[in-house]
Amino acid sequence: MNGVHDMGGMDGFGKVAPDAHEVPFPAEWQARSFALNRVMGSAGEWNIDVGRYWIETLPPAVYLSSSYYKKWFLRLERLCLHLNLVSERELASGHSSGPGRPLKRQPLSGPHAGASVSRPNHDQPPRAPAAFAVGEKVRARNIHPHSHTRLPRFARGHVGVIERIQGCHTYPDAMVEKGVKQGEWLYTVVFDGRELWGPDAEEGATVSIEAFEPYLERP
Amino acid sequence: MSNDHDHDHDHHHEHGSELSEMQLRVRALETILTEKGYVDPAALDSIIETYEKRVGPHIGAKVVAKAWADPEFRTALLADASKAIAQLGLQQKVGDHLIAVENTPATHNMIVCTLCSCYPWDLLGLPPAWYKSTAYRARTVKEPRKVLADFGVTLPDDMKVRVWDSTAETRFIVLPMRPPATEGWSEDRLAALVTRDSMIGTGFPKAAHEVAA
Repeated sequence: MNGVHDMGGMDGFGKVAPDAHEVPFPAEWQARSFALNRVMGSAGEWNIDVGRYWIETLPPAVYLSSSYYKKWFLRLERLCLHLNLVSERELASGHSSGPGRPLKRQPLSGPHAGASVSRPNHDQPPRAPAAFAVGEKVRARNIHPHSHTRLPRFARGHVGVIERIQGCHTYPDAMVEKGVKQGEWLYTVVFDGRELWGPDAEEGATVSIEAFEPYLERP
Repeated sequence: MSNDHDHDHDHHHEHGSELSEMQLRVRALETILTEKGYVDPAALDSIIETYEKRVGPHIGAKVVAKAWADPEFRTALLADASKAIAQLGLQQKVGDHLIAVENTPATHNMIVCTLCSCYPWDLLGLPPAWYKSTAYRARTVKEPRKVLADFGVTLPDDMKVRVWDSTAETRFIVLPMRPPATEGWSEDRLAALVTRDSMIGTGFPKAAHEVAA
């Protein structure tokens, strides 16, 4: 979807403001929101792609004005309602009105759960050989799907070069739209700054994206 | 608005009300999910403790120092970072699809995620607020040198800048250039030179004289 989350190349957000004294969680609710997302995310009810989509579909003004962990919280609340894990009435009262339903997987539990948190593997068996080779020129397709995609707008329609083949991974678009784990070849595609930004590009800059095969075509 | 920092610099007058509203809402959801048996509060505590205390840039620093000190490990790291790091036997597991990209006198690398805030948590801990900010996500792909200027970093004019947008489940870490005058240093001493920002590409390692012998 062409949402505000797809912000590569946008202007008007001001300077980047590093803070040398930052702590991971300035407020306790941020830490709880983070950990609740990790635990509920391990229950197999949604995967990383679906989780991202439920942040991207927040109203644009909410997305832009909410802090990172507030967005995580809103995503979790929305997903729990959508999947009937909690009800509006329960959220209003702050208490459960009945036992939970069985989850697809046992969520992380116990006092050592933190050690089990890791990034999962996303390899999928290929359905066909990779269509593109390293060094080949490709164009990022001019597509604007309403559902989830990981092809950023700034790359669409532009020609780049395949630099690496990263293997065959779960295709996020199919995961969100159809709920299926479909393997697609994943490539690092590098674009010259001038190709993306024309005369407004900085001298000597290149940008790469990680592009699934359905995002690409021969120019 | 200028950013989306967790502490919402641009909403000072609303700061208190967002905090208390969010405290109540998060507590309500945690209570309900716990009462239903979905969530074990001990697991929440353990996960928070892991990311506050155990996982952080010191892990990435160890990997960078090893790559500086051991040419064979450097080659293995650049070929397959997940595999090379797995063989180090670190306490915290490092995930798959990790890619190390090397800074050279000709090319400086920077990592960004324009679509959300993908970041190599397992090597660097949770991303800093600036990495998640709209300004960093929006500007880095278009004007990386101007973004570096916000960090006080200037590159030579003839150095190329390569920006890696983390749009899939591959994760990137920058292998910065080893500072001069560090020949013969132990890996522990080298690791003390490595800053978090130098592994994202928004900073350099410390200079030799900034680290105690």
